[in-house]
Parts: sequence; structure tokens; C-alpha cells
Amino acid sequence: MTDQELNPAAAAAPRAPRRRRVGRLSGRDKAVVAVLLGLPILLDLAFIWGPALATVGLSFTKWNGVGGLSTKICQPNVPSILNNGCLYGVQNYHQAATIYPEFWPAVRHNLIWLAVFVFFATPLGMFFAVLIDRGIKGSRMYQSILFLPVMLSLALVGIIWEFMYSQNYGLINTVIGHNHNGNAIDWLGNPKLNLWSVLIEASWRQAGYVMVLYLAGLKAVDPQLREAALMDGTNAWQTFWKVVFPVMRPINIVVMVVTVIESLRAFDLVYITNKGINGLELLSVLVTSNIVGETQRVGFGSALGVILLIISLVPICTFLYLTFRRETQPKGAR
Amino acid sequence: MTSPRIPQNFERPFARRGLLKGMGAAAAFATVPGALAACSSSKSSGSSGGNAGSATSPVTFGSNYSDASPKAAFAALCAAATAAGGPKVTINTVDHNTFQNNITSYLQGTPDDLFTWFAGYRMQYFAAQGLALPLDDVWAKIGGNFSASVKTLSTGLDGHQYFVPIYNYPWVVFYNKSHFAQKGYTVPTTWDDFITLCKKMKSDGIVPLAFADKDGWPALGTFDILNMRINGYDYHQKLMKHQVPWTDQGVTAVFDKWAELMPYMQTGANGRIWQDAAKTLEQKQAGMMFQGTNQVAAQYVSDNANLDDLDFFPYPAINPTYGQDYMDAPTDGFMISKKAKNPAGAKAILEYIGTAAAESAFLKTDQWDVGVATGLQAPSYDAIQKKSVTAISSCKAVAQFMDRDADPAMATAMISIIQKFIDDPSTGNITSLQNSAEQQAKAIYTS
Repeated sequence: MTDQELNPAAAAAPRAPRRRRVGRLSGRDKAVVAVLLGLPILLDLAFIWGPALATVGLSFTKWNGVGGLSTKICQPNVPSILNNGCLYGVQNYHQAATIYPEFWPAVRHNLIWLAVFVFFATPLGMFFAVLIDRGIKGSRMYQSILFLPVMLSLALVGIIWEFMYSQNYGLINTVIGHNHNGNAIDWLGNPKLNLWSVLIEASWRQAGYVMVLYLAGLKAVDPQLREAALMDGTNAWQTFWKVVFPVMRPINIVVMVVTVIESLRAFDLVYITNKGINGLELLSVLVTSNIVGETQRVGFGSALGVILLIISLVPICTFLYLTFRRETQPKGAR
Repeated sequence: MTSPRIPQNFERPFARRGLLKGMGAAAAFATVPGALAACSSSKSSGSSGGNAGSATSPVTFGSNYSDASPKAAFAALCAAATAAGGPKVTINTVDHNTFQNNITSYLQGTPDDLFTWFAGYRMQYFAAQGLALPLDDVWAKIGGNFSASVKTLSTGLDGHQYFVPIYNYPWVVFYNKSHFAQKGYTVPTTWDDFITLCKKMKSDGIVPLAFADKDGWPALGTFDILNMRINGYDYHQKLMKHQVPWTDQGVTAVFDKWAELMPYMQTGANGRIWQDAAKTLEQKQAGMMFQGTNQVAAQYVSDNANLDDLDFFPYPAINPTYGQDYMDAPTDGFMISKKAKNPAGAKAILEYIGTAAAESAFLKTDQWDVGVATGLQAPSYDAIQKKSVTAISSCKAVAQFMDRDADPAMATAMISIIQKFIDDPSTGNITSLQNSAEQQAKAIYTS
């Protein structure tokens, strides 16, 4: 009985103030809210979810971009020019996974790229940031030098490194004396080497990027914390891991997200190097090479795009989960 | 002239902006299939207006001749066409990479009356889908200026002409005359002579064949020529149209011969751009190089190397049945879009362009391409160009290039397969690569 008396009140209590708050808004306020919320939602639907869903739809068709789409089913064993704009079922996905030789290497390369960024480039950038933050001599100069690559577009980074890696005329081979036709090291052409060569280019830039982000975070850390830690007799290593690093959790998450995004959207470097063939296949390149061009395989390229979307959704969902949990947790605790 | 320097689909100096535009177009595409359907439904009305327009009202010309020197030559060509009694021409130049990537949406949208394009299947593909206007009446007037093989190149799958050519260039084996004279080498005409020469060069410490395939497309040329030398032109055409399977014995023979030659080709080709390979020829570190005049001679010019010393010979014969009868000689030219607003005016322009006089005027500043009109010897030709004319005209048939004769998606697949072959030319790998090529061909051509 008492429960019943209490419950409605308990249930209504959180709802009532919210209703009152909305009620308090004037008509003009509501219009402003509607515009400010509605416009981004509309843009989001039109330019992000619309194309994304259209891509999902197109991935079940066979279409070369000429003429319209129809709802008839593709016939087997007919010249593809007569079999255009038709429904193709999951054939695109099936072909990608079975007979498209670039697909699995691309998935593997994307994962390697992610791993190198997470375990090498990003920690390296964080390391630079910590070093510079400690105020070593000439830190401003180091900071500028390390940040310089970030100001270059990735396409330019690719071109610059081509001068380094060129077999017969490149800096590296010339310096180590391997620029003759017999002994030249084929940095960008050997499929066993070139992914790593390009990852060095990518890390060269990524480390600087992470460094700047992290440096900003480090500067914001309250110096008193460090002083306190120092008073307690910790060494530099302990100060960082036990005090500074936990305090920087928001920045850490941002850096992690940037790292994952940068590695999934990797495209420019391999495209400028050799258009993403011969050991440099990435999913993003495969999407482009099938959709952009004279004779397009829109359906097949879309299927690859959907696969990339699904892979991207994993870190995106994780990030959103972490962010929202962080926001709701304190409220729940109170 | 130089859309030339990078004539294929896979060009090097690439425009990032162009790519982005292309992606934008593709994205726009992907979102509005309905709008496209609307475009294609207007096709019927477009064809009924096929003979509208007047030969004197202005026309527009979509051009991919975006580099400075061909752009100027092209503008002069259009001006000359107007001066010769044609209508006034407005040229809309687009970066050539962008132009090619956007061609599908361009032709279905609001295209210019005339546009620059390439001969072969690359032309037939768009003609067959009703995006180009048949030019039989133009060919009735200009047909006498061209050989039968050039007319075949300009003919669509339905037997109508859709294309008016302007120039082409041969894929041949280049060498430095002074180098050959100094070392006492002679020009080989048979495969055995060729291999003997390669061995001799190798023992002299010279790279026999400069070779680069970082961009993917140059090695397609080697596949093409070996295929035409071993299996002939008809087989090449059938293979490109997938009327012969890629697992065929003939394709195996091509890869086997190539594997035989591989020890004499510059190593690490997958990481070298063809410009660097041409430099090793210029510096006589390499004895020979197989590629188009449009690349090698052009590179000699841009490097200020000794162009007078450069010479070439057609690829040596392998199968006596076909001798040295065929080669790749990619042809560029012009088409009229189906949606042209003034087809009559556009045809008047093409009737002028399809003449020897127009071609030799266009090639005035060009040092490596040659006109395609019968027997044309433009006064501005250098030794390479004069020899190119002879080399091309002595062929029984010329192919265009794998990415122009085949569905470009298949050419893309072959780029990757041939790079894998270059990495590992073993018999076992050849078999697996042929299987992969055939599976992909089935997906691209028929399923």
C-alpha cells in the first residue's frame, strides 16, 4: 500500500521537472531549438545516412552507372553490358570474399595499419609530448620539427618520401650504397617491404599529430599534482603512469579515437604511392578503384564500402558507449 | 602533345583534386539513382533530335587536353576548323584524369557536343550503351583519308562509326644508336637473336631491358606484344573481350616466354616509375627499353637527353606465322555525344579534323605522336616520328592497349596479376595467376 502511494510519486518526480522545463520554453525558444536540432539532423540524414543507406542498397545490385536501376534479377551468364542495373543479391559480397584477390590482403593491411598506429605511432607521439613537456633544451625547436609533417597533406608526404625511397635515385639507397641495378632495395615496389615503408611515412606524420594533441593535454594538467607526487617521492616514470596518465583520460580517449579514425581512413599515402596495388591494398582504395573511373562497378564497390562501414562502426560504437557511459555514470552516482 | 605522356587509364602525375571531384560525382551518383533513370529516359528524345542543329551555329567541345602544349595545339585545331568554314567552337577543358573518371556521369548529364576520347573497346563500350552519336555520314566524307584498319578502330560493336581519330604512337623497343654502334650490337628480328643480344649485354654489365611497372600499366604493354607475337591479333582481341578464357594454353605460352625474358629485364620493376627506367636508357646503363614513343621519346625531350641518338625497332618475331605483323598503337580522337545540342555543327568540325592537313597542323609542336591519315608525313616530323609512321603502316593490324581493348575493370585486375607475376615468374605461380584472372574475368564480363 505504502509502496503504491510512493511509487507514482517516485516515478513522476523525475518526469515532472522535465515537463515543466519544456513548458517554460517560449514559442520562440522552441523554434530556435527546432532549427538548431532539426537542421543538423536533416543535414546528417541527407549527407551521411542517406548516402550510407543508398550504398547498402546499391551493394545488392550490379550496375555500371549507365542508365537506371531496375528491380529485375540479374541473369546468370549474360554479357555484363546487358545485365546492368539489376538485383544481384549477395553476389558482390560473395565475389569479394572468394574471387577478388585484393580483398583479404586489404583487410589484413587495414588491420596492420591499425596495429602499427596503436602500438607504435601513437605511443611514439605521446613519448615525444612527454619529453617536450619536461622542458628539455631546445624543446620548441623539436616541437616545430616534429609538428612540421602534420602541416603537409598526406599526398605531399607521399611525394616527399618517394624521393627518399626511389630505387636508383632515392636518398636512402644512395646513402647506404644500394642504388645499383644489381643490389637496389625496392622499398616501394617489393610487396613484402612496401607496406612497412609506407607505414613509416604514415607514422612520421601521425606521431607529430598525436604529440600536439597530447602536449595540449599535458599543459592542462594541474602542476600541483606533479609537485604533490614529487613530494611523495615518486620518480618520473611513476609520476607519469600513476598520476598524469589517469588524469588525462579524456585526452587519452580522444587520441585513441583519432588513431583509429586515421588508420581506417588511410588512403592518400598508398594512392599517391602506387594507387594501392601490389602489396598496398587497403579497403578504402578498393572502394575507390571500383567506383571512381570510366567503367564503374558501383554495386561491387558499394559492397566493399559497406564492409568498411561495418568495420568502422566497431570503434565508433565503442567510443560512443564510453562517452555516454561517462556522462550518465556521475548522475547515476549522485 | 600530351594527354599523350600519360595516355592510359592509370596515369601518374595525378590530380588529387580530380580524384576528389570524381569521388564527389560517384557519391552524387550513388545517392540519386532516380535522377539517373530520369536522364537515361531522355535518351529517346535525344536520338530523335540526332540531326538537328545547324552547321553554322556554335558548338561546344569537351576536352581532356589539359596540359599546356596539347591544350594550345587543340585550341589552334578548333580555330582552324572554324576558319575552314565550320561553326565557332567553345572549348571546355577538364583535367584529363578527372575527365576520364567522370565520363559516365558527364555523358549522361549535359555533355558538350563533341568530346575527346580513345579508340577501341573504350569507345565501343560507351557507344553500345547509347551515349555516342553514330558518325557514318562523317565517315562517308572523310573515309578516303584513312586506311581500313583505322576505320575499324573507329567502328562500334554495331558496325557504325562513332569516332574520328587524330593521332597515335607505336609501342616499340628503344635503344641508343651510339650505344649499339660502340658495342657492336645489331638489331634483333627474331626471339633467338633477341635473347642472344640480351645475354651479351648482360655479360657486358649492361641491363638489357630497362623496365618499370610501379604505375601498373606499362607492363600490360609487354603482355600485349608477347601475346600478339605468339598468338596473333585476333587472339588478342578475343582474349580482351573474354571470348578466350584466361586459363587458355595461349596465355600460358605468353607468361612462359615472358619468364624466359625476365632475367634480362631490370629488377625491382614494381617499385620503379617508367620515367626512371627511361633515364637508365638515357644514361646507357640499360641497352633497350620497350614502351611507347609517347613516353620514352617524350622523356628524352623533357630530360634534354640526346633525342637524335634515340632509335627503335619493332618487337622481334616469335611465332613465324605472325612475324612482326602487329603492335600496340593507341589512338586518340573525338566523338559526338548522343545528347549533343548541335550535332550538325559538331559533324562539320569532325569533317575538318578528319583530314591530313588538320592532323599535320595539330602535330606541329609534337615530337613523338604521329597522325593517322593515310601516308601522312607532316613537315614537322623528326626521325622518330618518320620511323613511327613506317612502323605502324607496315603492321597488318594495330591493337590499342590492354586498358583500351578490354573492359577497364579487367585491365585493373591484370595490373595486379602481372605485378604478382613480376614478383614470382615461376610456373606454379603462372597457373594460379591464370586461374585468378579467369575467375575475375567471369565476374567482370558475364555474371
